[in-house]
Amino acid sequence: MTECCRALSSSQLFAWELACRAFAVPDWVLPPPSAILAALLRDYRLLLVHLSVTMSEIGLGLIVSIVLAIVLAIGIVASRLIERSVYPLVVASQAIPIVALAPLLLIWFGYGLTPKVIVVVLICFFPIAVNMVDGLRGVDHELIDTVRSLGASKWQTLRFVRLPAALPAFFSGLRVAAAVSVIGALIGESIGASAGLGYLMIRAAAPFHTDHVFAAVLVSALVSIALFASVTWLERQTLPWRTRPRTEP
Amino acid sequence: MSRVDTDWRLELRGVTKVFQRDQLQVHALGPLDLRVADGEFVSIIGPSGCGKSTLLDMIAGLEQPTSGEIWLDGAPAPYRLGKVAYMHQRDLLLPWRTVLENAIVPLEVKRIPRRQAIERAMPWLRRFGLAEFASRYPAQLSGGMRQRAAFLRTLPTQCPLVLLDEPFGALDALTRSSMQEWLLMLWEDLDRTVILVTHDVEEAVLLSDRVVVLSQCPGTIVTDQAFVSLKARLLAALRRQPTLGVVTDDA
Repeated sequence: MTECCRALSSSQLFAWELACRAFAVPDWVLPPPSAILAALLRDYRLLLVHLSVTMSEIGLGLIVSIVLAIVLAIGIVASRLIERSVYPLVVASQAIPIVALAPLLLIWFGYGLTPKVIVVVLICFFPIAVNMVDGLRGVDHELIDTVRSLGASKWQTLRFVRLPAALPAFFSGLRVAAAVSVIGALIGESIGASAGLGYLMIRAAAPFHTDHVFAAVLVSALVSIALFASVTWLERQTLPWRTRPRTEP
Repeated sequence: MSRVDTDWRLELRGVTKVFQRDQLQVHALGPLDLRVADGEFVSIIGPSGCGKSTLLDMIAGLEQPTSGEIWLDGAPAPYRLGKVAYMHQRDLLLPWRTVLENAIVPLEVKRIPRRQAIERAMPWLRRFGLAEFASRYPAQLSGGMRQRAAFLRTLPTQCPLVLLDEPFGALDALTRSSMQEWLLMLWEDLDRTVILVTHDVEEAVLLSDRVVVLSQCPGTIVTDQAFVSLKARLLAALRRQPTLGVVTDDA
């Protein structure tokens, strides 16, 4: 399967390269993969500087999203009042077009880190919160009764049963959030920034440095894949009971 | 029997349960009067749907009776959660906790520090033949072992009253009979009062001092038979069998 994918993608790259050369496509329209790779290698320092800015926006954004989503999800599951008053707002927050909001954030918070982190949070907290709510709700009720019959308080029920039971759902949400978090950071940067991969793409596109645009796109795609993979790895570490092979004694 | 009231471990006084389902009132249980002495092993049998599990849920404190009172140790006990050990037909082990971690849940709920809880639980694990599986997850165990681990969970808290809701109902016949023998031997050594709900008459007769038969909805007591002497004779006969006492695993 992987072999097949690898063969396919390398043959596609080859076709791309060949087409660019055969039809003499100018580099500023569509650079061949070799030119993109060359740009990547030539300007890796520049890319690294901007990557580090984008990564810190994503990192901060994800941390804030996780905390916010968990708190919201627990509140929504614990209280009908919070569910009725907050859950609609959580859903409504996804209807706001980020592109419309971003200039406002720029006006309110300036060119710094804050508006980008806010965009990342707006995009990322939702999948985590929704999955977490479902996870907390979907707990086997008899497991809760078992712990309740031991005299567990509401808080202990949360700690011993609901939270651990909701962890797989939490990680599903986090995987989605990690994959889309890059988009959030790039949108935030493209509206107004002085650094970051999104800023780099805009700045390189204006003078038709298309190879740089593609190099930045490539790097952000790799970031997305890497984040997704790290969440999967973290999930395996955190939930050994789900992955450990069943051994019949 | 002429005991004073305070000697009863559990007393049900005119207990009924009525469920409200939409506009419909379902009279599920009662009125029931039942007294269980300290150290007794009582089986409750009856057809399915006679409210056996509801009865145990009420004794455990997960549900409250619609009318009547439940007494524990000679006093009314309106709040019973944490005072009665309860084991289900499903093992209901927490899948994200190892066998040992599951065994200490009741102690952790009672806010006993983890290290101390482990010290208290380990002898039980050894006694149940589960010590070498202490760090396994429930999904890695066989059905019989999971059931044993679930039963183990009812013991370290020292709850004197243990409720068993068809504990062996989900096991295959062979595992089931070895688990019954095992429970019988164990109970001989433990100073616990047990209420076992089952629909299996043989199991009830084999395990208990007394069998209570419930009728179909609403569940009321049809007959209440004690046969301690018969059981002693049966046990003596069983003991003469060479296989008994060896807990065979169901691998």
